[in-house]
Amino acid sequence: MLRKIASIGFFFAVCAAVVLALGGELFVAKAIAEEAASAAGGYGPAPVLTEADYPKVSGMNGRLVVWVVAQLHLWFAAFVLAVPIFVFIIEAIGMRTRDKRYDDMAYEFIKVSITAYSLTAILGGLLLFALIIFYPHLFGYLSVIFKESMIYYALLFFAESAVLYLYYYGWHWLQGDIRKWIHLTLGLLLNAVGTTLMLLANAWLTFMMSPAGVDPAGVFSGDSWAAIHNFLWNPINIHRFVANIAYGGSIVGAYAAFKFLTAQNAQEKAHYDWMGYNANFIAICALLPLPFAGYYLAAEIYAYSQQMGITLMGGIFAWLFIIQAVLIGALFLSANYYLWCGMGRSDGAKRYFKFIKYIAIVLIGAFLVWFTPHTLVLTNAELKALGGPHHSILGPLGIMPAKNTAVNLMIMFTFLSFLFYRRSNKQATVSWERVGNILQVALFTAGIANILFLGIYHGYFTNTVYKVAASIPQVLTTFVVIVGSLVLDSFIYRGAKDVGPLHWGRIPDRAQYALFLLAVAFTWLMGLMGYIRSGIRQHWHVVDIMRDASADAYTPTLGYAANVVSIAAIIFLTLVIFVFWIAQVSSSKSLPAGYWKE
Amino acid sequence: MRQFLAVIAFMLVTIGFFSAYSNFGIPQIIPAPPPVEEEIDLTSMDMDQFTALGDKIFNGKGTCTLCHNELGRAPMLDQVGVNAQARLDDARYDGEASDIEGYLRESLVAPSAYVVEGFGKAGTNDTESPMPSTEGGSIALSEPELAAVLAYLQDIGGLEVTVEIPTDMAPQEGEPEEMADPGEPRPAFTNFQDLSDEFACEACHTIGEEAGDLGPNLSTIGGTRDRDYIRRALLDPNRDIAKGYEADMMPDDLGEQLYATELEIMVDFLSQLK
Repeated sequence: MLRKIASIGFFFAVCAAVVLALGGELFVAKAIAEEAASAAGGYGPAPVLTEADYPKVSGMNGRLVVWVVAQLHLWFAAFVLAVPIFVFIIEAIGMRTRDKRYDDMAYEFIKVSITAYSLTAILGGLLLFALIIFYPHLFGYLSVIFKESMIYYALLFFAESAVLYLYYYGWHWLQGDIRKWIHLTLGLLLNAVGTTLMLLANAWLTFMMSPAGVDPAGVFSGDSWAAIHNFLWNPINIHRFVANIAYGGSIVGAYAAFKFLTAQNAQEKAHYDWMGYNANFIAICALLPLPFAGYYLAAEIYAYSQQMGITLMGGIFAWLFIIQAVLIGALFLSANYYLWCGMGRSDGAKRYFKFIKYIAIVLIGAFLVWFTPHTLVLTNAELKALGGPHHSILGPLGIMPAKNTAVNLMIMFTFLSFLFYRRSNKQATVSWERVGNILQVALFTAGIANILFLGIYHGYFTNTVYKVAASIPQVLTTFVVIVGSLVLDSFIYRGAKDVGPLHWGRIPDRAQYALFLLAVAFTWLMGLMGYIRSGIRQHWHVVDIMRDASADAYTPTLGYAANVVSIAAIIFLTLVIFVFWIAQVSSSKSLPAGYWKE
Repeated sequence: MRQFLAVIAFMLVTIGFFSAYSNFGIPQIIPAPPPVEEEIDLTSMDMDQFTALGDKIFNGKGTCTLCHNELGRAPMLDQVGVNAQARLDDARYDGEASDIEGYLRESLVAPSAYVVEGFGKAGTNDTESPMPSTEGGSIALSEPELAAVLAYLQDIGGLEVTVEIPTDMAPQEGEPEEMADPGEPRPAFTNFQDLSDEFACEACHTIGEEAGDLGPNLSTIGGTRDRDYIRRALLDPNRDIAKGYEADMMPDDLGEQLYATELEIMVDFLSQLK
């Protein structure tokens, strides 16, 4: 009976989560629709500013302060939104399998991130003050349009905190049968509230990129839902949601890696190896669809404003994507390297070692294609700085069809690494194993051929429309190969025997540095992409509606932006180390002899 | 502690590498500053200068060439003279213009009135143009600027330039005073370096210490070519194309943008490079 009640409660919580998280829409839309009808009048145009409208604080650059604080807030927010997502999943796996190791790991994940919630809130407050101080008119304008959602946002923090505390402090209290169900439901609610917070904040920033619900002078129509549900809202929501999971996985992976390196005994080493593997697995699972989410976002930016799209991909920011290629190359290579090293845990892995070098060659080749720039739209001065618009031989590799082809191959071969890892400790027992393997090879071969054909034929021998459109069947091909191969593999290895016990902890120390690289590259990449997302607004606070008249209205160079991101990343990682350290301190006890009365 | 320091060092080196690559591994392009309203003196302008102004706006503030270029993002406009009447007569035309000048003006301020097949926004069946109105938003051309672009479009389209140079420049409501206040004509440059900076010669040519490689090296041009050749090359750059270089790389309207004194300064300077 109790279990049934708990299941019903869980069901309702799922419904609530879907309503809150996936739409966020019903929650806000009702109030907004009522309000929109009555509020069409009474709003003024967006303020036209002069440099004198931006307060100055001695010794501080307003843009720099807002930039760094916003970035720090975003990193922490991404982390604390991501951790509960996979904590919830791991806890559910633990419940399902009744394997306590999962429950312990989920608890450790949430434990190490708990202080990060406070830091997220503190940085959010700091960002608010910085905006009010340095950009009062912009903040004033936005707060008129988003007054309801800003209030809901603040109130949701209470809900977030309440659920978080119950979830964390009640972990050991809410164990077993109905209590565990209640605990899992709290985890779901925590995710629902956290995701809703992200959706609301995303609405404000995407409004600045693709304003809606306002006329060309910036006069608000009174329809807040239109302003929230602006053109780029959902593309950013999807991209951030996926990226946050990958990011959270990478940060926790770095934690596990450090604990592995400093482990005092084999048991501890095995535990943190297992934790690092799971964190990396989460990061890779989210990393694989991330390029597609990014592509969708870029396509939607183009669809919203061709000018903005060209500024994004063809102007000075084009070089940023070369830096991005370096970072994504680092992410894919480190994730793969970790998997390859991890195969050493199994005695059966050597069957697959011979293939690794070929995977590495494809990954590096694909990385180099992604890394190649093409024609850039430049002013004369920029042309002068570059010495030409494109490279005559490598230029063709710089266009999107080549890059789409490269990224699809990167993803497919990263999946292949995972497939080998998955198989490494298994021995199939089905009679048709050979046929199954041939089918899998055929599936991969056909997929690769199709991706190459689509990329080369449509990329270079048809017109622009097909060049872009060909990316969709490429993505579908990758998807079909991954899903088809997984299904096939699960049948081939149904009832398979283990080659031997997995030796958790049997992995070289250098593999842990792949996890550190993953975390650092993710952090830095997020900072860089934050710069471009904001930078494509150029000299507008709200694109085409509210112009930035401050002394800092110009777009900084990539080198300057990189330095800002680096400094912010160092501050962030320092704070993360503090967060992890404090989590460790909380479970340490020292008993000084003779200090307390006996 | 040793492990901790090793990890910290690894992270710092990684971040340092990313930062160093971004600073030294790629060109540091200083983005153009936010556009400012230029003062336009229409009182002393003839139609050629007005058309040249349109060219400048078309390639600069108007950001037209972001899309109207060989990459096929938007229709090329050199055939606009041939196509304009046919588009006016097309059943899909949804505007109010009655003549070609009106059609061209409409295409600048209400681009969705007629969308060339294959260039509409995705999913709109070529009923909605991705082009923004050039009157507002981030482009925000003023009336004289719009007229200048129109004159330029008529010119490159092989049409008779029917646009008139605006004479009534009273400030419009809400428009900054200086926009309507005609300024002075561009002062003439008095030395080669200023001219080179203005027209970005060194973006493509090697001249002295500056090294561009899109155009021929001019470091010793005075030793191999006479003044007449150099003058002709400035006024009509596609007439003689140096071996190994492509035509149409150098703006063929440079001569129209230069004052006579400036042309001679350039000829003087280049001819003494030996």
